[in-house]
Amino acid sequence: MKRNHRKQAGSRLVELFQAYLLNHAHGLFSSLGRLSRTPFTSVMTILVLAIAISLASSFYIVVANIQQLTGNLESSNQMSLFLHDNITDAAGQKLAEQIQQNGSVVDVKFISKKQALEEFKANSGFSDALNALERNPLPSVIQVVPKNALENNEDIEKLMADFKQFPQVDFVQVDMQWVARLQTIMLIASRGVMLVSLLLGFAVTFITGNTIRLELQNRQDEVFISKLVGATHAFIQRPFLYTGFWLGFISGFLGWLIMTIMLLILETPVEKLSTLYNSSFDLLFLSFSEFILLLMISSVLAVVGSWAVLHYQLRQLKPQ
Amino acid sequence: MLRFEHVSKRYPDAGEALTDVSFHLHRGEMAFLTGRSGAGKSTLLKLIAMMEQCTRGSVSLDGQDITRIGERKIPYMRRNLGLIFQDYKLLNDRTVFDNVALPLVVSGYNHQEVARRVRASLDKVGLLGKEKKHPLALSGGEQQRVGIARAIVNKPKLILADEPTGNLDPDLSAEVMFMFEQFKQVGVTVLIASHDIELINHLGHRVLTLDKGHLVAS
Repeated sequence: MKRNHRKQAGSRLVELFQAYLLNHAHGLFSSLGRLSRTPFTSVMTILVLAIAISLASSFYIVVANIQQLTGNLESSNQMSLFLHDNITDAAGQKLAEQIQQNGSVVDVKFISKKQALEEFKANSGFSDALNALERNPLPSVIQVVPKNALENNEDIEKLMADFKQFPQVDFVQVDMQWVARLQTIMLIASRGVMLVSLLLGFAVTFITGNTIRLELQNRQDEVFISKLVGATHAFIQRPFLYTGFWLGFISGFLGWLIMTIMLLILETPVEKLSTLYNSSFDLLFLSFSEFILLLMISSVLAVVGSWAVLHYQLRQLKPQ
Repeated sequence: MLRFEHVSKRYPDAGEALTDVSFHLHRGEMAFLTGRSGAGKSTLLKLIAMMEQCTRGSVSLDGQDITRIGERKIPYMRRNLGLIFQDYKLLNDRTVFDNVALPLVVSGYNHQEVARRVRASLDKVGLLGKEKKHPLALSGGEQQRVGIARAIVNKPKLILADEPTGNLDPDLSAEVMFMFEQFKQVGVTVLIASHDIELINHLGHRVLTLDKGHLVAS
């Protein structure tokens, strides 16, 4: 008898669990169906959300692209050691080899006067004017790439002072400063993007919350009746939370689509500009994992907005 | 089964709706609740349905005190009740089946059990075969019977009906009352608010009469 009772209790538990799962599945799909039954409202809401999301992700991708660009510049925290005019190529080469021995140096490259001129002719487009010159005005250069670890200014300056000791060296130039400035500007930009994205995220939360609030008002009778037949708040809010989820998910996808289309439109001119700068800059798109993350973030924001509204409003709604 | 002890209910802006009401309904008892409009019938029903809480006294249901029941426990307590309304309170965008199934779905019964019980319930009110219809496609009497089927589908211990025959003609009213008497037969306690004095006298059950918030006869 007792065992039978326990068995019954167990099967009731299984039944409850099955019903719970079924209830979730039902909530997931019925909320989608409900959105499609009021297409105008749903489309309007989703478009507003999608635009907010596409703005946030566009800012993000623009910063990511510029960072990629400045990333290429990182190698240019290199130093240029300009040699005195009277130093021969052989002496220059020897000095370069000597510098290579220095522990805080990764790469050293000697560029003779002649090479420098060739390079300048090729890249500057002044070849005719340069041909007119009687003698080569360019000095020999030793390009030194310090170890990446040397990121703080003191180390760089110490190295600079060391190089200045060589009698062959006329002067040393570091491209650090403007890179540092650019990197600071990028830092400000990415902070700014973060703040704007945060605001847009709030917007997504509030817009979804408000949509759910209206939906809740439209379905007041259903809420009352469900309450009166013994539905818990969790049960009543489930389909609404799923509606919020779909709003966020679909808007996330649409936002990604809008941003990607914008990037595709920009891709050709950007590539053209890049070739004009002799650079092989590839426009960065959102990666697959970033895309998944975007979907997740927009869904979560929407669900949070819906939940907050439901949590507050369901307690207010009392059956009459 | 249902016990009121010195229950008073005061609304902040409408004054005292019930004053010192005490009565006890036994298991399987059927009683009418009458009184003019404004006498406190709705308030009394709301206290039982846990839609309101009384200001003084205590209300208990099947031995459990529901006077100060916590918000979280209300849904589970309500599953012991079957509520029937004058305006039926059906969901018009759902089928008869879905309407009747709602209390079961809410309580987490599986599909087969829901289908079985909904059919049994609809059979009892004589609406078997109309599961797929929508409420608005039915007559008033049929809609009320859907409401009754929904109230009994969860096998409640207490049925509360608020003017269940208010919108029905005498023949349909008698039919509905006959159904309530059948529920009483199987041990369900039934409390019906009504001011159809003729019908009440004809049936001859216990009558609780309210006047200006006082219980004047029981």
